[in-house]
Amino acid sequence: MMQELEKYLRRDRFPHMWCPGCGNGIVLGCLLRAIKKLGLEQDKTIIVGGIGCSSRAVGYLDFNTLHTTHGRALAFATGIKLARPELNVIVVTGDGDATAIGGNHFIHAARRNIDLTVVLFNNNIYGMTGGQYSPLTPANKKATTAPHGTIEPVFDVAELARAAGATFVGRSTTYHTNLLTSLIAGGIENKGFSLVEAITACPTNFGRRNKMKGGAEMLLWQRDNAVHVQKTKQMSPGELEGKIVIGLLHKKETPEYTFVYDQIIARAREESGPGTLTPLKGGESRGRTE
Amino acid sequence: MTQVVEMARLMQGNEAVAEGALVAGVRFFAGYPITPSTEIAEIMAERLPRMGGKFIQMEDEIASLAAVIGASLAGVKSITATSGPGFSLMQENIGFAAMAEVPCVIVNVQRSGPSTGMPTAPAQGDVMQARWGTHGDHPVIVLSPSSVREAYDLTVRAVNLAEKYRVPVVLLLDEVIGHLREKVILPAPGELEIVNRKGPGVAPAGYLPYRPDETGVPPMANFGDGYRYHVTGLAHDELGLPTNNPEVAEQLLLRLHEKINRNLDDIIMDDSMHLEDAGVVVLAYGATARSAGRAVREARNSGIKAGLYRPLTLWPFPARRVAAVAEKVHTIIVPEMNLGQYRLEVERVVGDRDRVRGVNRVNGELITPGEILALLREVV
Ligand SMILES: Cc1ncc(C[n+]2csc(CCOP(=O)(O)OP(=O)(O)O)c2C)c(N)n1
Ligand code: SF4
Repeated sequence: MMQELEKYLRRDRFPHMWCPGCGNGIVLGCLLRAIKKLGLEQDKTIIVGGIGCSSRAVGYLDFNTLHTTHGRALAFATGIKLARPELNVIVVTGDGDATAIGGNHFIHAARRNIDLTVVLFNNNIYGMTGGQYSPLTPANKKATTAPHGTIEPVFDVAELARAAGATFVGRSTTYHTNLLTSLIAGGIENKGFSLVEAITACPTNFGRRNKMKGGAEMLLWQRDNAVHVQKTKQMSPGELEGKIVIGLLHKKETPEYTFVYDQIIARAREESGPGTLTPLKGGESRGRTE
Repeated sequence: MTQVVEMARLMQGNEAVAEGALVAGVRFFAGYPITPSTEIAEIMAERLPRMGGKFIQMEDEIASLAAVIGASLAGVKSITATSGPGFSLMQENIGFAAMAEVPCVIVNVQRSGPSTGMPTAPAQGDVMQARWGTHGDHPVIVLSPSSVREAYDLTVRAVNLAEKYRVPVVLLLDEVIGHLREKVILPAPGELEIVNRKGPGVAPAGYLPYRPDETGVPPMANFGDGYRYHVTGLAHDELGLPTNNPEVAEQLLLRLHEKINRNLDDIIMDDSMHLEDAGVVVLAYGATARSAGRAVREARNSGIKAGLYRPLTLWPFPARRVAAVAEKVHTIIVPEMNLGQYRLEVERVVGDRDRVRGVNRVNGELITPGEILALLREVV
């Protein structure tokens, strides 16, 4: 890793745990370049990870770092951001972490448009546990739990985030590092929920089993199969089949959650003050119960 | 800002929990609606923004406790409230809070289970779950009030203990106490002890986030305050960084228990009545202790030397105190709205199962004083 980024690393934590050829280090490098580019203060930046090889990245970073429970990083991050909106909160997660066990938190964090930036390491597999299929493993691929090939369709996670309410959505690959860095920076700058999907290689548990050879070959595969979003307009659906569309895919302006919440506080304070005890309305239980 | 508190008023148990939390300094609530705890969330939603605090309704209880832990790490006293099904969903993150030593309070207003059970019916079936619900050996503190005023006091106490010992504290109510309305006289502001977590006290360069001080608890820096460190549910060293070193992992686990075990006198609270000359004692907690108290008074009126022992701290189990009570009596009666969960622990301490009798009920109805009285009469 380049010297200029060293100050962001807990150097005594190295060597890292990732396999040779793993793309996680490349994504991490892009994240740190984005942080450097924006000049984020280390003391004011919180990096939250879930569980998985990718989420382990947080342990190597010299920030306030939080390694949570599987799938729940966004919910922990929501608590931090809402409690202290002045902090920059970045979430590092895997495809299984974010879209399987954490799928519910993912769509709701996007829906709230809370100012979190998610860097989703999409290696199409559960790396950490040895190669089981995830909701982002394409059909007809091999996984330890799909020895005869996967039959489930994948999420388009960018589309999912957009539909749920994210205000910044981008995708890049570990081959297209400049784009990845600039998308992560754009996501952090966006005041709202941002998703940056990073297509990355897990040679050990995905590539090897799916005849993609090693990390280098998988990078070349990314080069050959990615199409910039601007180019897609001139392409037919047939030509786009199987391609990875990269670039800034979606951006819109809607009010951010903690910003709106602060307005609620201002209004509640002005209209009614801190108050003392609340009179309870109605009787015991108003709804039906289950 | 000074607050004018209306001193005496009619209050509901759940409302007392919300008010107690606010007085204790809680400024963050994340939760998901569930009977019979929902009033707590509703009051917090109304009150917190007015005090500059934050309320959020999350997508489920897993997320609720996760958000509470996040907010606590950011330095804000945080709480959530739920009932059985939600409490089950929270278990993994309760373990996280125990392992990473993040102060937080989980209120569980117990209802009849298992599963969806009888949502509006009281029960005390989560007593063992509150102790052992999350996997692995872990420390936890569990408190259980028997009146509205006690719900208020124990909520303040729960927040204080969470901050002081950096543990998840479970406040176990039951539907009866949650929905009970009683006249309460609240302490004046300033009369209550409010505890805040101990800060690092050293410059960031010298801070070891998981090195305990003399009390066994590591001083805690809040995220965003200039102390950069790592928090994880993995076994970790004093820097907070993951380790597979068996010695370091064992030291951590032992310390997590030790910080509770060496402070039992501070953590364990109880109450009693007529123990001096009692030959038989009813040991009860939560709503059941109300029936037990009445049964003991009636027994006394008819000449039976009965006493009442009421643990307010259910876990850690008040073993020494229960053993001392057991020494002086021939029988301990443990009435519970479950099939004898706490009785198991009493039996363990007493050592003689025949001297411990249960009165148990799992049909969603309260145990009456008459049922306890009948057993008191039978055993003398
Ligand atoms: C509740 C829970 N279930 C299962 C696991 C086991 N587990 C650990 S990592 C993981 C999958 C991670 O996959 P992904 O998010 O894609 O990350 P990667 O390792 O590929 O980077 C699983 C299933 C766990 N830690 N917790
Ligand atoms: S298993 Fe895959 S994702 Fe995990 S470190 Fe190895 S290559 Fe990377």
